[in-house]
Amino acid sequence: MIWLTWRQFRTQAAVMSAAVAALAALLAVTGPHLADLYRTAGSSLVDQVSSSDQTLYYTGLLVVLAVPAVIGMFWGAPLISRELETGTNCLAWNQGVTRTRWLAVKLGVGAVAAMTAAGLTSLAVSWWSSPIDRAVDGGGATDTYFARLDPVAFAARGVVPMAHAAFAFVLGVALGLVIRRTLPAMAATLALYAAVQIAVPIWIRPHLAAADRTTVPIAPDGAPISIQDGAKQIVAHLEDVPGAWVTSQQTLDAAGQPAAVPSSFADCLRTEAGPPTLQQVDRCVADLGALGYQQQVTYQPAGNFWSLQWAETGLYLGLALALTGFCAWWIRRRVT
Amino acid sequence: MSAVLRARGLGKRYKKRWALQNCDLEVPAGRVVGLVGPNGAGKSTLLKLACGMLTPTAGTIEVCGGRPAAGVEQLAKVGFVAQDTPVYAALSVADHLDFGKRLSPGWDDAEARDRIRRLGLDPKQRAGKLSGGQRAQLALTLGIAKRPELLILDEPVAALDPLARREFMQDLMEAVAEHELSIVLSSHLVSDVERTCDYVIVVVDSQVQVAGDIDDLVAGHYRLTGPRRDMDALPAGQHVITASHTDRQTTLVVRTDTAVHDPSWTVDPLGLEDIVLAYMARPADAVRDTRPALEVVR
Amino acid sequence: MIEFHLNSRSGLSPYQQLVQQVRHALRLGLLREGDRLPTVKDVARQMAVNPNTVLKAYRELEHDGLVAARPGVGTFVTRTLADDTLAAQGPLRKDLRRWLAKARLAGLDDESIEALFVSTFRSTAGEDVA
Repeated sequence: MIWLTWRQFRTQAAVMSAAVAALAALLAVTGPHLADLYRTAGSSLVDQVSSSDQTLYYTGLLVVLAVPAVIGMFWGAPLISRELETGTNCLAWNQGVTRTRWLAVKLGVGAVAAMTAAGLTSLAVSWWSSPIDRAVDGGGATDTYFARLDPVAFAARGVVPMAHAAFAFVLGVALGLVIRRTLPAMAATLALYAAVQIAVPIWIRPHLAAADRTTVPIAPDGAPISIQDGAKQIVAHLEDVPGAWVTSQQTLDAAGQPAAVPSSFADCLRTEAGPPTLQQVDRCVADLGALGYQQQVTYQPAGNFWSLQWAETGLYLGLALALTGFCAWWIRRRVT
Repeated sequence: MSAVLRARGLGKRYKKRWALQNCDLEVPAGRVVGLVGPNGAGKSTLLKLACGMLTPTAGTIEVCGGRPAAGVEQLAKVGFVAQDTPVYAALSVADHLDFGKRLSPGWDDAEARDRIRRLGLDPKQRAGKLSGGQRAQLALTLGIAKRPELLILDEPVAALDPLARREFMQDLMEAVAEHELSIVLSSHLVSDVERTCDYVIVVVDSQVQVAGDIDDLVAGHYRLTGPRRDMDALPAGQHVITASHTDRQTTLVVRTDTAVHDPSWTVDPLGLEDIVLAYMARPADAVRDTRPALEVVR
Repeated sequence: MIEFHLNSRSGLSPYQQLVQQVRHALRLGLLREGDRLPTVKDVARQMAVNPNTVLKAYRELEHDGLVAARPGVGTFVTRTLADDTLAAQGPLRKDLRRWLAKARLAGLDDESIEALFVSTFRSTAGEDVA
């Protein structure tokens, strides 16, 4: 059975290996230079990265983010739906393989391959990007590069891409099994995987490790502040905690209770025409601070990177296992 | 005699619709069984239940003495050639044989390779490039070479041209002669069934209408034509399958164990095709009344 | 060696046709004592017919004492039908001629004669079976 699975799978595996190898080679050639640069320049490296390396940085991010989705769509979804479509599952099921074993082998081989591909890609990209990541965590300016904890970069570093790939693969298999047609299953896999990838950083990841909380004063010379939503919301930027991932903010009043930004602040900022001047903003912010308002910021510090990585890996692998159980139940009970 | 297939009150429901119900069967071993009936009557459902591709909603089914697809041992006993004979398009003919060899405990590799050679198939050919007839032959080879006790074929020749159909049937019959193999095949071609089968099951409207040895069925059914009359006047032991009347004449198809002595009837023997058509044509509600008398099992 | 063929229009079951073809060949002298009949497997393959059907036909021929199966070797013709009936055929044919002439005199055309013959033949055959 392993032989058959491999025989059916080897073209896809070869294509993926070739792509991973090509990427790894490219990164291996350009990586050492970046590491040297970090050794000499430290955190100011962020200003000295060549434009081609910058392109590579973003390409690497995109590739690692895309690999699990591609695996789910092109390996997972067709794995069983294509057999159901053409009826070839009958061939195996009547040639002395129980359908549970058939599923187990297919899932096992596929999941191992998926995790290997995503793991190797992530390893190569994480290694290549590590000088930049370290520079950012060390206080380098962050407007060009993502902190490792930033949701965009987090899913493209460390071990979570492996878990993402395993989950996407099993998700594709499960949807293929239920939908029974390849193309709709591929589309559904992409949509559902993307939805999960958006939902997890918003609602789940912030709670996977103990968050830090700090209160910053609202003052012109304090932490930089953005004023949003018609001066109804204030967002503070934690520049003195590099690499942190701010998960939520709350304005507090003089009593230390959560409160809305008072309307006096908006009134203060109102102008006859055009945006308020810098001096006017400073004055209004100082007035707000004088009223006792402060900004409470909840964030994951850069040091939580690995505990968040392992927790999320566990979460996704758990989801993948649950889906595997569902597939096993479905193939025994619900498939013709 | 041991039964190769035994069903008791077997039924399968898809959502609201029963694809097969109240199915009682006892098919003896060593027979070539033809399963006939119109499209959508439940033939495929019965076959898929028999090979374990489906699980019953009601009743029980036992194949070669075990629950279908209950384990590796049971899977090895029953071969199944699915409708349209699917094969792995990307794999070569030789790969398919390799696959059977690795998966089936009782695989007869010499026989498989010999068959492929006799069929004139190129082992390196990708199965997706085979003609319909060749694909069917490849699927049949996989079914035969695993050396099952029972080989189930779902409309194996429906999509084939007459020549390919003939060749397929020749191969199948040769395999039956060579190995002690029971066959259940579905077909909507009664002429094929008459030639290749010795036992027939007629399924119409999700019900088994009649099942039995073909020779017994042919010997036990007659067409009676005579002056118009009521059907109540028939002696016991004669069961009307279909009846049609004109203002002067009554024509009956009856099943009887005894000879028809009434001299006012003109008695004609019926061929298998006529018998099958009679069962297909009769109203569905007639099934229940006559069912017990229809079990012709030896 | 005899080669079988099936006629789906004959109204006879495949096994009856096989029996009939052997008897016919014996009657016409195409098969003689000691000739071997094709193996069950060969017939099954060549005609795409159920081997059980062939077996059944051979068993009936054996029962009638026309052939004998020698295990592992084949089925051989043990008796021919040629001479048994040849002698009787002449007088019967004469009778039939006389009957046909009578029928024509009575005004029956060819079709009516055939219908009469077939229906009478069938009804007597039916009685035999019953």
